Amino acid sequence: MSDIYMEPLGEQAIIIRFGTVIDQNTHEKVRKFAAWMDRFPIPGMVEYIPAYTTVTVFYDPLAVMDGKRLDPHTQDQMLSPYERVKRMLHEALEQSSDIRPAAGNIVEIPVLYGGEMGPDLAEVAAYHQISEEEVIRIHSQGEYQVFMIGFAPGFPYIGGMSEKIATPRKKSPRLRIPSGSVGIAGTQTGIYPLETPGGWQIIGRSPVSLFRPNHNPPSLLQAGDYVRFIPISREAYEAYKEEES
Amino acid sequence: MMLKVIRPGLLTSMQDGGRTGFQKHGVIVSGVMDPFAHRIANLLVGNEGNEATLELSLMGDAWEATEHVLLAICGADMNPMADGVPLPMWKPVWIRAGTMIKFSGCRRGARAYVAIAGGFQVPLVMNSRSTYLRAGIGGYQGRALQKGDELKAEAPSERSQKLFDYLEKHAEGRTFYAPDWGIAAELFPRYDASPVIRVIRGNQYDWFTEKSRQDFFQKGFRVNTQSDRMGYRLDGPVLERIESDRELISEAVTFGTVQVPAEGNPIVLLADRQTTGGYPKIAQIVSADLPLIAQTKPGDTLYFREIAHQEAERLLFEREQLIQQAKLGIQLKYM
Repeated sequence: MSDIYMEPLGEQAIIIRFGTVIDQNTHEKVRKFAAWMDRFPIPGMVEYIPAYTTVTVFYDPLAVMDGKRLDPHTQDQMLSPYERVKRMLHEALEQSSDIRPAAGNIVEIPVLYGGEMGPDLAEVAAYHQISEEEVIRIHSQGEYQVFMIGFAPGFPYIGGMSEKIATPRKKSPRLRIPSGSVGIAGTQTGIYPLETPGGWQIIGRSPVSLFRPNHNPPSLLQAGDYVRFIPISREAYEAYKEEES
Repeated sequence: MMLKVIRPGLLTSMQDGGRTGFQKHGVIVSGVMDPFAHRIANLLVGNEGNEATLELSLMGDAWEATEHVLLAICGADMNPMADGVPLPMWKPVWIRAGTMIKFSGCRRGARAYVAIAGGFQVPLVMNSRSTYLRAGIGGYQGRALQKGDELKAEAPSERSQKLFDYLEKHAEGRTFYAPDWGIAAELFPRYDASPVIRVIRGNQYDWFTEKSRQDFFQKGFRVNTQSDRMGYRLDGPVLERIESDRELISEAVTFGTVQVPAEGNPIVLLADRQTTGGYPKIAQIVSADLPLIAQTKPGDTLYFREIAHQEAERLLFEREQLIQQAKLGIQLKYM
């Protein structure tokens, strides 16, 4: 566990770093630890957010101190809330090594690429000096793993996209990206579940709903699932939309 | 029915302490921008502290009290009036049925909080009454208040009822009546148009050039007009990274995280922030100072001051102690 590093995110959360690159090995560690936290949350924990290489544990410092006052005069002699949380998480890390998280589902996501639905498709193609068709072909070829859900409700961060179409984020984020938009940021790809600001390169749009507030869980995709992008026509897009409403 | 919206404010939404527990599904926390004013307002009307309150932004509403109500108004001073007479703030106030309650623009601060005895009655969505405007869920029909909306309260606690009865009795013929006690002025945060906000270093503080780190703590940052409950965009010296093309692998962010996109203008993430972000974090506003930034508005200038993480923890406990003292003090009044 010596390669695992912890640091504070403010005074009510702690980031546990399991690695420094997006890879399967780090992802497995994140999923394992998340599965452990689901079963054995530490006292005072509010919730946790798993990401590519990190799990961030949010806690209530007062609950962590379990009624003990953080008095400036005695502070030197007692562990701070952060130090307590860190110690409990280290113990959890040691105990969680044998846990097996559940296997992920395979989910197909239909996408209408380019045109007004994908205003940055041309930019991505130009960046790599390939045709727009080639970008679509490469993007819809892979079976991608959902590494994390974040940024917006149900928004999947999908890794393992080909370097051939990897493109940096836009210099300044757009103020409005329509829901369903499919984007690229570096080697990441994802789908915007709601209209929101964002900095990703938008190459297409999907008619499916990723955020379903009346379902449990409210997100269509979960970390660990697999996604396939299926190119569809304008007609198929409209038909899907019809069905959804 | 208790309150009827006659004229909506600029952005008035129902909020509580936030929708926690679903961030791993990407569901944002929402909740109040100024947790201190929200909690105190609740305590003043005999609530537990986290009941839904109304958050009024920049320009307040006009409501008609359709029944007698027990309210408390905390946070920004929006010049609240009852039938043309100024209403006291940071106090419980009993208001007679038929009274017109009117707020106007902010004289001080940016957001007022109105608590009602029992708390506002709206359904729980994923364990919270907070409005998540972008997704259209929670709060009052998932949106900001509009003309004609009719607001109800949950059944008041025994404590609330006692105070209600006491104030009603003393109101005699008056439109409204408030007791002679309230929260002392020195307890509530001083809302300032150019506040000094305490931060601890962000997780990617080292990614920024020496000059940018100095600028961050020495220069002022103006709140841009493109600022909302999700985040404040700040204008000031451009903050540059040592390696301009280094990309952060997305990870969790939180209330008060100061992140910097490639263009170099910082964004402070607030109540409606996303759960994770891919921009490096130069600083993190400490919990105790979140009300200060929540009460600034576009055009105001922020200054940042660095403190140690342990100091931030201490401030949080100090603030909590203050609230507990206020709670006890208020409860004694209700005996």
